[in-house]
Amino acid sequence: QECQASGLPEYIKIVEVGPRDGLQNEKVMVPTDTKIELINRLSKTGLPAIEVTSFVSSKWVPQMADHKEVMRGIERHPGVRYPVLTPNLQGFHSAIAAGATEVSVFGAASESFSKMNINCSIEESIEKFEEVVKSAKNMNIPVRGYVSCALGCPYEGNVTPAKVAEVSKRLYSMGCYEISLGDTIGVGTPGSMKRMLEAVMKEIPLSALAVHCHDTYGQALANILTAIQMGVVVVDSSVAGLGGCPYAKGATGNVATEDVIYMLNGLGINTGVNLYTVMEAGNFICTALNKKTNSKVAQASFNTGTI
Amino acid sequence: PTAVKISLIDMLSETGLQVIEATSFVSPRWVPQMADHAEVMQGINKLPGVSYPVLTPNLKGFQAAVAAGAKEVSVFGAASELFTKKNINCSIEESLERFSGVMSAARAASIPVRGYVSCVLGCPYEGKISAAKVAEVSKKMYSMGCYEISLGDTIGIGTPGSMKEMLTAVMKEVPVGALAVHCHDTYGQALANILVALQMGVSVVDASVAGLGGCPYAQGASGNVATEDLVYMLHGLGIHTGVDLQKLMDTGTFICNALNRRTNSKVAQALCRL
Repeated sequence: QECQASGLPEYIKIVEVGPRDGLQNEKVMVPTDTKIELINRLSKTGLPAIEVTSFVSSKWVPQMADHKEVMRGIERHPGVRYPVLTPNLQGFHSAIAAGATEVSVFGAASESFSKMNINCSIEESIEKFEEVVKSAKNMNIPVRGYVSCALGCPYEGNVTPAKVAEVSKRLYSMGCYEISLGDTIGVGTPGSMKRMLEAVMKEIPLSALAVHCHDTYGQALANILTAIQMGVVVVDSSVAGLGGCPYAKGATGNVATEDVIYMLNGLGINTGVNLYTVMEAGNFICTALNKKTNSKVAQASFNTGTI
Repeated sequence: PTAVKISLIDMLSETGLQVIEATSFVSPRWVPQMADHAEVMQGINKLPGVSYPVLTPNLKGFQAAVAAGAKEVSVFGAASELFTKKNINCSIEESLERFSGVMSAARAASIPVRGYVSCVLGCPYEGKISAAKVAEVSKKMYSMGCYEISLGDTIGIGTPGSMKEMLTAVMKEVPVGALAVHCHDTYGQALANILVALQMGVSVVDASVAGLGGCPYAQGASGNVATEDLVYMLHGLGIHTGVDLQKLMDTGTFICNALNRRTNSKVAQALCRL
């Protein structure tokens, strides 16, 4: 097989973050029904994991205020995982009560970012997550850990690979089954991605790592390619590239799932995902949001009428 | 307008770029946007150390280019018969014969010729293009005397997989030092494709400021990769380009204002607060 010969993985797991990370960062408030419809469509594409919503106070994130209704309203397809964000124990309990079977916690590799985002230090945030992870373990609920600012911080600028490795190790050791390394402001390049991963791979097994690249500087696919060349097998992305960057007005954010799948298909790597159905789901949500897709594959495909 | 083209090129000359494709000496009947080729060539400020190649599809165009002061020219071939037929109404073999006239004249005048090969990763008409065909056409153009072969993913359809396969075949026939990649970003794959080319030893990359130039084969789709985004990646990799990214972005802002359009460069979008 072509991909084996080139040292690339045979299979990449795509974690679809559009309904949560994507919609949370769109200016338009999306009705509950539309969110549910989007998730149901995504469930039919072959995506193995879809981040549904966030059990965070509606005071902080109004776009996710309907978390209970969304969680209860979606179809649950066998073989598909539906993780939700739970920033603290309260959110965790609320998520479980609403039927969640997997949760995520969000750390950061930058003190300033942690302070500005969740108003506490990295250490304090880790203590909060430990409570969540402990409760989750008791209930056999898997927990995914995110590390933001893995390749740079909007406040601190440069972030050392050592710091990323340190925070990742804390989250992994406490019981997170997977660590998603996020280039939150998309400033990373293949150079910094490589250095960061080299440091993190010393502390965490490759199979437990994921990359969450933002395309704010157009570097996402090149960064993702670098990661998979180094053996990473889990990639986060957002249908239609939903979700702008809150730190750079008018700039893009998440990398588009369609564009990632196009690249992986071209590399002969299996994802289990049907690109066409993802494009259709993207078309649905962009119509609902009255916006143009951020996916170049979708732009090119819908305009030539060829897929 | 001619004045805007000249300003654009002059601004690009100040960024540190070493090669700026100035215009095309093709009949204005076919490419009206390049009708002012002689005026542009004569009007630009040519910086020492910077090359200003121009397209010359045939001997007539070559002679007009030289008369207008051109010191380097380019010829365009393709790895697809159908594309060649639709684009310049002849076969690949016939197109190469046409170029041989230009090649002889250029050699006599000591003018370097760059060769482009279109459709290297796919053709809008034929679909799949074999790597062997790309290697064959590239070899012919290199043997004819082109000092560099720019391999173009004309419809941006390629991925790191097909890029690798194609380059592997071409590198058997043409030394990697004489190769360049010209990636289109129509499917968002350009930077990933360029990264693979760099990993394989290619050290010449074509790009367009602000990602100017859409794709004529997919309405509304993007075309050329943005020079700003490319430079951002290369600098992040610690690769020297000699280009000042800020000056490049300023140039992009200038031309986008003149064209009354938004930039296609994500770096520019992120850094130029509107």
